[in-house]
Amino acid sequence: MILPGAWNTFLFGIYPYICLAVLLLGSLIRFDREPYSWKSDSSQTLRNGQLRLGSNLFHYGVIVVVLGHFGGFLMPHSLVMWLMSPAQHQLLAMLVGGIAGTIALIGLTILVHRRFYYRRIRGNSRKWDITIILVLWLQLALGVATVPMSAQHMDGALFERLVAYVQGVVLFRGDNAALLQGTPWAYQLHILLGFTIFLVSPFTRMVHIWSGVASLAYLFRPYQLVRKRGGALN
Amino acid sequence: MGQFLERLRYFTRPREAFADGWGELRTEARQWEDGYRNRWSHDKVVRSTHGVNCTGGCSWRIHVKQGVVTWEMQQTDYPRTRPGMPNHEPRGCSRGASYSWYLYSANRLKHPMVRGRLLKRWREARKTLQPVAAWAALMADPEARDYKEKRGLGGFVRARWDEVLEIVAAANVHTIRRHGPDRIAGFSPIPAMSMVSFASGSRYLSLIGGSLLSFYDWYCDLPPSSPQTWGEQTDVPESADWYNSAYIIAWGSNVPQTRTPDAHFFVESRYNGTKTVAVTPDYSEVAKLSDLWLHPKQGTDAAVAMAMGHVILREFFVDRQVPYFQDYCRKYTDLPLLVTLRRDGARWIPDRYLRAGDFDGALGSPGHADWKTVALDRDGTPVVPAGSIGFRWPDKDSPDHGRWNLEEKAADGRATELQLTQIDRRDEVVDVAFPYFGGESHPHFTPNAQGSDGTLLRRVPVRKLATRGGERVVATVFDLMCAHYGVDRGLGGECARSYDDNVAYTPAWQASITGTPAAQVIEVARGFASTAEKTRGRAMVIIGAGMNHWYHQDMNYRSIINFLMLCGTVGVSGGGWAHYVGQEKLRPQTGWTALAFALDWARPPRHMCGTSFFYAHSDQWRYETLQTAAQLSPLADASRYPRTLIDCNVRAERMGWMPSAPQLNRNPLDVARDAAAAGVDAKDYVARALKSGEISMACEDPDNPVNFPRNLFIWRSNLFGSSGKGHEYFLKHFLGTRNGLQGRDLGEDGGLKPEEVVWRDPSPEGKLDLVVTLDFRMSTSCLYSDVVLPTASWYEKNDLNTTDMHPFIHPLSAAVDPVFESKSDWEIFKAIAKKFSELSTGVLGVEKDVVLVPMQHDTRAEIAQPYDVRDWKKGECELIPGVTAPAIVTVERDYPATHARYTSLGPLMDKLGNGGKGIGWNADHEVKGLAALNYIVPDGPAKGRPRIETDIDAAETIMYLAPETNGEVAVKAWAALSKITGRDHTHLARAREDEKIRYRDIQAQPRKIISSPTWSGIESEHVSYNAGWTNVNELIPWRTISGRQQFYQDHAWMRDFGEGFAVYRPPVDMHATRPLLGKRDNGHPEVVLNFITPHQKWGIHSTYTDNLIMLTLSRGGPIVWISEVDAKKAGIEDNDWIEAFNLNGALTARAVVSQRVKEGMCLMYHAQEKIVNVPGSQVTGQRGGIHNSVTRAVVKPTHMIGGYAQLSYGLNYYGTTGANRDSFVIVRKLAKVDWMDRAQRAAREQELHTTIVGARA
Repeated sequence: MILPGAWNTFLFGIYPYICLAVLLLGSLIRFDREPYSWKSDSSQTLRNGQLRLGSNLFHYGVIVVVLGHFGGFLMPHSLVMWLMSPAQHQLLAMLVGGIAGTIALIGLTILVHRRFYYRRIRGNSRKWDITIILVLWLQLALGVATVPMSAQHMDGALFERLVAYVQGVVLFRGDNAALLQGTPWAYQLHILLGFTIFLVSPFTRMVHIWSGVASLAYLFRPYQLVRKRGGALN
Repeated sequence: MGQFLERLRYFTRPREAFADGWGELRTEARQWEDGYRNRWSHDKVVRSTHGVNCTGGCSWRIHVKQGVVTWEMQQTDYPRTRPGMPNHEPRGCSRGASYSWYLYSANRLKHPMVRGRLLKRWREARKTLQPVAAWAALMADPEARDYKEKRGLGGFVRARWDEVLEIVAAANVHTIRRHGPDRIAGFSPIPAMSMVSFASGSRYLSLIGGSLLSFYDWYCDLPPSSPQTWGEQTDVPESADWYNSAYIIAWGSNVPQTRTPDAHFFVESRYNGTKTVAVTPDYSEVAKLSDLWLHPKQGTDAAVAMAMGHVILREFFVDRQVPYFQDYCRKYTDLPLLVTLRRDGARWIPDRYLRAGDFDGALGSPGHADWKTVALDRDGTPVVPAGSIGFRWPDKDSPDHGRWNLEEKAADGRATELQLTQIDRRDEVVDVAFPYFGGESHPHFTPNAQGSDGTLLRRVPVRKLATRGGERVVATVFDLMCAHYGVDRGLGGECARSYDDNVAYTPAWQASITGTPAAQVIEVARGFASTAEKTRGRAMVIIGAGMNHWYHQDMNYRSIINFLMLCGTVGVSGGGWAHYVGQEKLRPQTGWTALAFALDWARPPRHMCGTSFFYAHSDQWRYETLQTAAQLSPLADASRYPRTLIDCNVRAERMGWMPSAPQLNRNPLDVARDAAAAGVDAKDYVARALKSGEISMACEDPDNPVNFPRNLFIWRSNLFGSSGKGHEYFLKHFLGTRNGLQGRDLGEDGGLKPEEVVWRDPSPEGKLDLVVTLDFRMSTSCLYSDVVLPTASWYEKNDLNTTDMHPFIHPLSAAVDPVFESKSDWEIFKAIAKKFSELSTGVLGVEKDVVLVPMQHDTRAEIAQPYDVRDWKKGECELIPGVTAPAIVTVERDYPATHARYTSLGPLMDKLGNGGKGIGWNADHEVKGLAALNYIVPDGPAKGRPRIETDIDAAETIMYLAPETNGEVAVKAWAALSKITGRDHTHLARAREDEKIRYRDIQAQPRKIISSPTWSGIESEHVSYNAGWTNVNELIPWRTISGRQQFYQDHAWMRDFGEGFAVYRPPVDMHATRPLLGKRDNGHPEVVLNFITPHQKWGIHSTYTDNLIMLTLSRGGPIVWISEVDAKKAGIEDNDWIEAFNLNGALTARAVVSQRVKEGMCLMYHAQEKIVNVPGSQVTGQRGGIHNSVTRAVVKPTHMIGGYAQLSYGLNYYGTTGANRDSFVIVRKLAKVDWMDRAQRAAREQELHTTIVGARA
C-alpha cells in the first residue's frame, strides 16, 4: 500500500513516538494520580464460566506473541544473522507467531463472547473495556492474517524490512517511515494498530501489563520487607 | 503523591538487611498507606443501638463520615462487673454489624407512599370537599373502596407529607365520629427496644381513644406459665448470672445463635465448672456447647420434664428429705396449702384451694377471707398464712395492712411452720382422679395409654376439716402432686414402683413418647437436683421459643418450672427460670407507661389482647377445627362450656376477664351522649342496655360491619409478614385482597359453628378502611398497607433501649439526620396529632367516651371472682360492672387539643401520681423537675405543663418519672411497697437516692439501672440480676392468689381444662394437611412434616431477612431445612426448590437437606420475606407465601381467664397467645419454578397505566 509521503511520514515516522510518549507518560501519571484504578478489572466475580479456558488461552498465547515480537524484532541484526538466515528467521516467526497467535485469538474470541453475551458482564463493562477487547481481537486477527501473506514470499526480504523498521523506531532513525512505503496493507495496519494499542493502554485495564512485568521483581527481593517508621525521605 | 518519582530513587535509598538477608529494612515514602488509613477514618462516632427484638440491647459505635453512616462497631465501655465475674463485652453480633446497610439500601423507604387508586380518588374528592368530608365521601361510595383488593399488588405512588397526614387524620376523625374511637387500632411490639418510638403511636392512640393491641402474647413470646405461677409477666436473670450457675439446662433455646452477645457467659460458665445440658430436637448450635444433648421428639418436652419431676420427687422428697428443699418449698411455694376435694362417686377430684372464708369466723382473718389460702401448722391445725392476695388489698380499717409478706407467720402474727404433707397425720387415704392426656391419639405423635377414660386414679392422704359447710376433705398440694406424678409412697394403688414401670410419669413412660432414653432423663434429673442441693439452688434452665411456641406451651413450661421450684432454684443467684423469648424488660416501665398510655391526661387507656383481636377480625375462627370439648378434662362437666374456642373468648370478654376492641356495637361517643340525654350515669346506662340486649358487645358479632375495626396503625412491626400468624386469613378477611387460602370455612364445610357469635354469610373481606404503616424499609406489611410513612432508622433518632439480658439502659442516638424525607416515629405521630387537631376542630369537640375495662392484674379488681364462673348473660349472676362484667368508665377527650396534649405532660401526674404493679406514689417533685428541665408550654390548652416536644424530651420524661432511672423515685416506690408488706425495703435504693440518670448520661456510657419494686430482682454489687430475688430475700409475696409460687392452678377453668397440675399434653392436631394430601399431585412424592419456625442466623433477629449482606452469607432467599431421611422419601436434594402447603396456604423455598434435622420435622427460619427471591406456588397460583402462610392462630381457653388474682388481664401480661408450632405441612419438590414475571407483565403494565395518579393524564 502506498500512502502520500506526508501521511506516511506522520503515521510511521511520528505517530509511533506520540503513542510511546503517551504510553510512558500516561502510565506514569495514572499510576501516580489514580493508584486505586490500577488493576486488571477481572470479571471473575461476575461469572466464572469460560474464564479459565478463554483467559488462559489468550494470555499464554499473547505472552508468546509479545515476547516473540520483542525478541524477533529488537534482537540486533548481526546476532540474528549469526544464528540463522533471514528466511529461517521469517519461518520461525511465522510458525511460533502463527501458532501462539491462533491460540490467543481463540482465547480472546471466547472472552469477547463472554463479555458481550452475559448481561451482568456486559452491564458492568466500561466503554474502554469494550473498546480494548475489540481492538485486541482485531490486532490478533490482523497478525494471524499476515502469516499466510508472508507465506507468499518466503525469502525473508520483506520481513527484513519490517525488522529494520521496528529497530529504526527504537533507534530514532530519521527516514524510518520510508521503509514501510509500499509494504502490504495488512502489515501497515497491524503496525498502526499496534502503536494505537500503546496509545490507549494508559486509559484501559492494559496497565496491568506493567504490573505483570514488575512482578518479576519478586524473584529478586528478600522475603520480608520492613518499612522504617516515619522514614519517608521526601 | 510523587510516588513514582520516589521510586526512581531506588538505588540511593538506605536499606539494611536482617535475618541473613531474608529480610530487609527500607526507608521509603509511606504516604500511600494513608489510602488505607482514610478508609477507616471518620468524622464522628455516635453511640446507638438496634431497636430490634433480639434482646441484645448492645451498645454500638456508629461511625459517620461526611454525613454518611459508614459502619458500626461494638462499644466496649460497659461498666465493669464485680471481681470474679467476666465482663459484659463483647456485645453485638455480625447481624447487628450489618444494620447500616439498610440506611442507604434500595429497600429504604424514602418518601411517604400512598396506594395509587386511593390517592387518585382522594385528590378527586378533595377538589370539592374538606378533608373529613372527602374521606366520608370515599367511605360512602362502595366503588371508591376498590383500592382494598389491590393491597399487596404494588401501585404505590409518592405523596407529599402534608397530603398523607391529611388523609390519615381525616380518616381518624371520620372514624371516630362515624364509628367510634375504639375502631382505630394500633400495633407496635416490644417497647423496650425503642421506648419513645413505641410511646409516640400509643400516646396518640391513647389520647384519641384508640385500641392499643398487645404483642407479647400475639408473638407467642409471653409464657402464660409465668403469670400463672408467679403473677409476673416475665422476669428472668440477666445473662451474666449464667456464670453463677452450677448446672444449666438449655431447653429449646439456641443460645449461641439467638443470644449471641450473651453466649460468652454460657461458655465462660463452663470454665467455672458448670455442667451444661442441651435439650433440642435438632442438633442446634447450643448442643455443641453442652456436655450432654437430649433430643426428644419435638413438642413432647413436657413428658421429659414430668419424668424429671418424678425422679426428683422420688429421690429428694420421698426417699430422703433435703432440708434446703423442704424449707424452700414450705416458705415460698403453695406445696403446703390445702386443696379441697370434691366427691365424684367412689373417687375424689381436686377442687379449689381451701380459703379462710370456708371457716366460721374465717380463722380469725375476716377481710377478703375468700382470697386467703389455708395450710396446716405444725400442730395440724388450719392456719391462714399471711401473704396471700387477700392481704394485698385490705379495706381501709382492716388489720391486714402491712401483712402482705412471706414471713412465716399467720394472719394474727403467730409464728408458723406449714406442713408439706399430711401423710403421717392423715385421716384417710382416698382415690383421687387426675386427668391424663398422654393417651390421646395424634397422627404424628406416639400415645402412651394409661389409666382409664383419660383419668388416672391415685392414692392420696387426706385430712377432714370442719368447715362452715360441714366437713371437708382436703389434701396438701404436695400430697396431691406426689400422687399425680405417680410417686409410690406406700399408699398402694396405681403408681410407679420403679423407674422402669410404664406408669405416668416415669422415665420409662416418657421414653415411649419422646424417644429419650430413660437413663439420660434420670441422670439429668439427679444431677440437676443434687447440684441444687449442694449449691442451695444454683441450677438453671434457659428456656426458649422451642418450648414456648406450642399450643400447650404452659404445660411445657410448668413441667419444668415445677422441678425448678422443687429444687429451690427460683429467686436464687445462678438459679431459676431463664426464659428468653421476646423482650419484655422495659426497665423504666412506670416512667414509660405515663407517657405511652397518656396516663397524664386521661385514664384508663383502651388496651386489647392482640391474639384475640386478630383471631376474631381476620376471621381465623371461621375455620377453627379445634373444639372446646376436645380440650376439656374428662373430669369436667362439658355442658358448662361452649362449643368453640371463640365462644370461650366471647364469654371471657363479657365476664370482664379480657378486654374487647371494638367494645360495643355502637359508637361509645354516641353511647355517652345518649346516657347524658337520658340523664343516667353512663355506667348504669350501659349495664342496663347490655342486660336488655339493646346494646351488645362487639365481640359477639365480629363480622358485622358495625363492629369492624376501621383504621389500623402499624409501627416498628412487620405485622402482616413475620408476625402475621394466619397470613392468608389476614389477606382475605382483614385486608380483602388476593390470597392463597385453601381451606373452606365452617359454613361451607358444615363444621361446628359457634354459639355465642353471629355467623354471617358471605364472610366479610377487607374490614379495614385504612392501614397506615411506619417503617424504614419496604417490608411485607408495607406492601399490604394503604399509606406507608418513611421513618427514621436506628441511627437517625433519639430513643431508649433496655433488655432482660443485662441491667443497663442505653440510648439510640441520631448519628445522622433522618435521610430523604423520613422522620422519627415521635415526629410522625406528632405531625399526625397536629393535623388531627386541626381537622377535628368543628367536627369533634370535648367528647365523653365510654370505655370498658377488664378486671386488671395488680389492681383491686383482680379479686373480683373468687369462686365459680358465672356469666351474667346466661342469668347466672347480676351484671355488676367491674365484678361480673367489664368496668364501665367515662373518659373525657378534648379532640382539638390532641396535639397540645401529645406534646406536654398532663395534670393527672400531679393529681393522681404515678405507679405500677399495684404500687402508687406521689409524682409532684418529678413534674416540677421536668418543668425545669424541659421548660413549660407557654400557652394553649396545655398551658403551664412541662413540654415534651422532642424525642429527647420524651426520653427525659420517661427517665425522670421512673424509679429505675431516678433514685428519689426508687426510694419512694420502695417506701410505698413497704407500707403494703410491712417490711422496710427502701435500703435497696437508698444508696442511689441522689442519682438521676439522664439521656446524655447514657449517651456517654450505658448506666446500670436502680433497683425498683417494679421488678423482682435487684441491681447490686453482690448479686447479678435474677428474678424472684426480692421475693426470696425481702419476703415480698409473689403476686398470685396464695402469694406464693404456684404448683397448683385452682381456677375452675384451669381444672376443667385439665391443667390444675402440670401434665403432658401432646401437640394439638390442626387437621390442616389431610384434606390436601395427594389431592394436588404434581408428580413428586409428598411428605408431611411438623413445621417449626426457629429464630434465624442470617437475618437480624426474627425481623429482617432482606439484608443483602446477611442473605449473601446464607443462601440468598427462603429456605426450609429437612432431614436426610425425609428428603430421600420425597426425592428432594439439597437446594431443590420445594413447596410446603396445607389448608392455610402455601410457601415456596429452597430445601436445605441436613443431618442436623430430626425426621418428621422441618425448620423454616422465622421471618423470611415475601419480597426476596420467592417464586410462585403451584398450589395457590400466587407468589409463594411466607412462613406464616401455612400457619393459623389458635387460642387456648385457659389463657382467657380473668378476675382471678394472677389470672387477670394485663396488657402483654396475660391473654391468648399466637401459638403456631403444632402446624404440619405437606412438603414436596416444586415441579416448575415459576417466577411469575412474564405472563402478568402485560396485565401489570395495564394496571400501572390506570392507577398511577396523573401520570398519563
